[in-house]
Amino acid sequence: MADRGADRSLEHSFPATPEELQGSRDCLRENLQAWGEDDRIVQDVVLAVDEACQNVIRHAYAGDPDGRIQLRVERRDGEIEVWLRDWAESSDPRCLERGRDLDDVRPGGLGTHFIRELMDVAEFVEPPDGRGNLLRMLKRT
Amino acid sequence: MRQSVREELGSVIVRFVGEIDLEHSPEARRTLLDSIGRAPGGVVVDLEAVSYIDSSGIASLVEAFQAARKRGTRFGLAVVHPQVLRVLELSRLDKVFPIHATVEEGLGA
Repeated sequence: MADRGADRSLEHSFPATPEELQGSRDCLRENLQAWGEDDRIVQDVVLAVDEACQNVIRHAYAGDPDGRIQLRVERRDGEIEVWLRDWAESSDPRCLERGRDLDDVRPGGLGTHFIRELMDVAEFVEPPDGRGNLLRMLKRT
Repeated sequence: MRQSVREELGSVIVRFVGEIDLEHSPEARRTLLDSIGRAPGGVVVDLEAVSYIDSSGIASLVEAFQAARKRGTRFGLAVVHPQVLRVLELSRLDKVFPIHATVEEGLGA
């Protein structure tokens, strides 16, 4: 999670539980607003990060309340880069490719679709020590 | 998230306040499904004070909408916050749910 010339950055670490999501959204939202990002950019990044955190909580940690999530956000001219780290079992990187047919109206399965729609890049990369998962997302601003 | 449920002339108005996310969507889902069972005139979901919704909240609305349709009960959303409307649009559900400008309009639909 290298800081490649970021003029602003945020690092936030929190337990991987549903109860922590509101606080993590508030933290991210407040920082993006303080950095002067447009409302639409703030909304898009907050929703995409929230959905990615949900995937970690529900699927990677499978509800294990002892898991942790580490969020790092770096702002550069023209882009916001997000790194989301967990220490769960490795995720199948193909899970980001699976969308669902939106004409099939049914509950569930929308989170990955939101991430792909809202961010310009979403990809799993190799974590520094090979443990867990590291999701990189990029939003061009 | 907070919620209130009131009845008017056989219809049920469910009002949510705050953010409907992974923590709160199970409660929202239960409230909506309970309301459908006792609302012969239909259910209107007042979203004026909901500033954020995620995929789990959308899933709760979809499940309630489908349960209502199965029973032949009217189900609509009212006073949808622009940010919530954007999430509905992303899901292409803005064309599926009846969306009303006011709760009163939803009751009269």
